[in-house]
Amino acid sequence: MQPDLQQKQQQQGIDVAVLVSIGRHPTTGRARRAEQDARGLELALAIEAELPGTRISMLHAGSQDDSSEAALRGYLGMATGVGMGLESMTLLEQPEGSDAIPALAKHLAATSPQLVITGARAERGEGSGLLPYALAEHLGWPLVNSLASVEKVENGVVTLLQALPRGQRRRLKVRLPAIISVDEAAPAARQSAFGPARRATFAITPTTPEADSELAQWHLAPARKRPKRLKIVKAASARDRFKAAASKSEGKGGQVLTDVTPEQGAEAIYQLLKEEDVLR
Amino acid sequence: MSEIIRRDPRREWIARNRLHPEHASVLAALGVNRGGDGGAVSEWLGPNGVVRKNPRAIGFIGPNGVKRIDRSGLQQGGQSTATTTAARDSRRTVTIDQPAFLVVVVPDLTGGRLSGHDKDLLGLARRVADADAEQPGAVVAILFGEHKGEGGGELKEQALGEAGIDRVVHLDDEFYAGFAPEARLAALSAVEREMTPRFWLLPDSPLGGADLGRRLALRLGERAATGVWQVEADNEAPLGWRCTARGAAGSLDIQRPLPRVALALAECAEPVDETRHAAEHLALAASIPTTLSRIEDLGQVAVDPAGVALAEAEFILSGGNGVKQWDAFHHAAKVLGATEGASRVAVDDGFMARDRQVGATGTWVTARVYMAVGISGAIQHLQGIQRCDKVVAINLDPGCDIIKRADLAVIGDSTQILAALVAMVEQQRGGQRDAA
Ligand SMILES: Cc1cc2nc3c(=O)[nH]c(=O)nc-3n(C[C@H](O)[C@H](O)[C@H](O)COP(=O)(O)OP(=O)(O)OC[C@H]3O[C@@H](n4cnc5c(N)ncnc54)[C@H](O)[C@@H]3O)c2cc1C
Repeated sequence: MQPDLQQKQQQQGIDVAVLVSIGRHPTTGRARRAEQDARGLELALAIEAELPGTRISMLHAGSQDDSSEAALRGYLGMATGVGMGLESMTLLEQPEGSDAIPALAKHLAATSPQLVITGARAERGEGSGLLPYALAEHLGWPLVNSLASVEKVENGVVTLLQALPRGQRRRLKVRLPAIISVDEAAPAARQSAFGPARRATFAITPTTPEADSELAQWHLAPARKRPKRLKIVKAASARDRFKAAASKSEGKGGQVLTDVTPEQGAEAIYQLLKEEDVLR
Repeated sequence: MSEIIRRDPRREWIARNRLHPEHASVLAALGVNRGGDGGAVSEWLGPNGVVRKNPRAIGFIGPNGVKRIDRSGLQQGGQSTATTTAARDSRRTVTIDQPAFLVVVVPDLTGGRLSGHDKDLLGLARRVADADAEQPGAVVAILFGEHKGEGGGELKEQALGEAGIDRVVHLDDEFYAGFAPEARLAALSAVEREMTPRFWLLPDSPLGGADLGRRLALRLGERAATGVWQVEADNEAPLGWRCTARGAAGSLDIQRPLPRVALALAECAEPVDETRHAAEHLALAASIPTTLSRIEDLGQVAVDPAGVALAEAEFILSGGNGVKQWDAFHHAAKVLGATEGASRVAVDDGFMARDRQVGATGTWVTARVYMAVGISGAIQHLQGIQRCDKVVAINLDPGCDIIKRADLAVIGDSTQILAALVAMVEQQRGGQRDAA
């Protein structure tokens, strides 16, 4: 009975919830779909293509007005031809300046999807990137950050590729339910199609808003340019300062091997590469 | 009383008379400054309270045999080497036995070394810890994984101390390796229980600090400040500090009181460069509970080095005009698992693609190991490799500029050395496979 059920579940795919926010165009500042969240949805669509029967639900917590609606429709237009499930998204309505975390946590706990996909950082507001972690802590689910792709989903275990700096990848196995966050390493999002975006609807769920009182007390200002770090020369005399300013950096004077056989030279290089752990 | 200058006419007379047998001893009694080793006194207080100088006693013989006088007061007759060694040893040693509070830093320690970002962060920790000179705090560093440092033994520990670390908790058990957020978090929670630090500082970097710091903040129930780039003292803030953090994808500056957990950007403070700290090792009293992880790390995946963008490649094999056999070069890159780079000449001559060019007009690379084969090290090329950690050069000419930049330079023919290196790596790999 049990394996049978699992088989069925596997065929049916999994429930994926994608959390989307409203982005901000870096130059004009207009509302748009957020870059990372769109990549998250792209990832969910990829899972659906791999695993037929996967249900994607989109979730946004915030206020409903014209500009945010236009931005949110940007996501809804991404699911052309996929058909199921994306004709609408859930909007947890709350006024501007409310804390999104309690509302999302409550909704996720109630609907219990198996996989939650979020962007790493919002493009508006605090943008601290704490939300996925807060949800993970709240729900007690494992969290994997900086996802590159989902390789397979099997028996409640998902195999993922995590992006590391320097273009490296790491393979992880995570037990569902889990939260994964995506950043620039995930595949780029497809374009949004206008028609499906227009036709889609919003399922509005009212919430009991909790004002983010701490944020309201902070002082927000457009980002100043950070001061460039100066090369500080700690020299007691004018002569030393002049020398530091005028001379080419001499380097620390590494080891120079002259009059060695190619084998000895290669040996020394090999030792260094081993020490630095770059040979795989 | 003591302000009154008492004259001793006889001693003054002797001090003026260079031929007097007691001249030197009298000058020494009067004198403030004595040049060189046992030379004549160069400066003393005259009878009317005016400083007198003996110009013959100061200065040194310059490189061209001409006597030079350095008025900056640094080189008073001494040899220049003496002052440079003094400059090298100029760090004050600071030990903090009874810290008023603790500031815990969890550096990334990429490749087993403190990165520039880590050092900036430690500089920030020092600022916070040393703000009140009466009651200094101590900086505790939690190191996960192996610490390689520069050199070994003593030097290695010194590097930690020179970065401004008072106490070290080194955890290099196997289960902290790789992606182990749950195990690391358990360890940090144990640190929190035992030490109750006033501040936690982590680097907001994709190398691990950003992830671990956010997890820690939520575990401790703190609302962390992320992307912090400025910290200032503020008496109105609960913890005495205020910070400025980047928000909203870098388009917003958020000014808020500094919370207990802060994730700071690179260049948030100047690294420590005047003091040397104890870097004393501590062990955690309680054993850390092993958590059953729901995340299993299957290890790094082999990625095609050719597919990695040059700017972020970790290991680059770069060829220049001194490479004679390009097939062998490509083969070497493949065997070593290195991303290929090139100097402009190699690109212009059509041996390499344009997007592989390293340098001022090409890509600025950040490799940990950069291997320059047959590259002379023109300034335009060296600019592009400024941020590389270790540079290895293979060149025929021991006098060229890349040799000065290189940490290891091998003088010889590139083709032969590369061939020997490839043979060595292949042999080692073969040996391993046989053993396995
Ligand atoms: C505006 C401008 C921008 C530039 N931008 C760049 C740039 O972005 N990147 C860049 O790389 N260059 C740039 N250059 C060119 C740069 O000035 C040099 O000309 C170039 O870097 C030299 O390349 P190289 O070191 O490969 O060649 P060379 O200077 O010819 O050096 C070849 C080296 O190989 C050694 N050698 C020869 N035979 C062997 C052998 N068999 N085994 C081992 N060693 C051997 C020689 O001793 C020599 O040191 C720029 C120049 C200008 C004017």
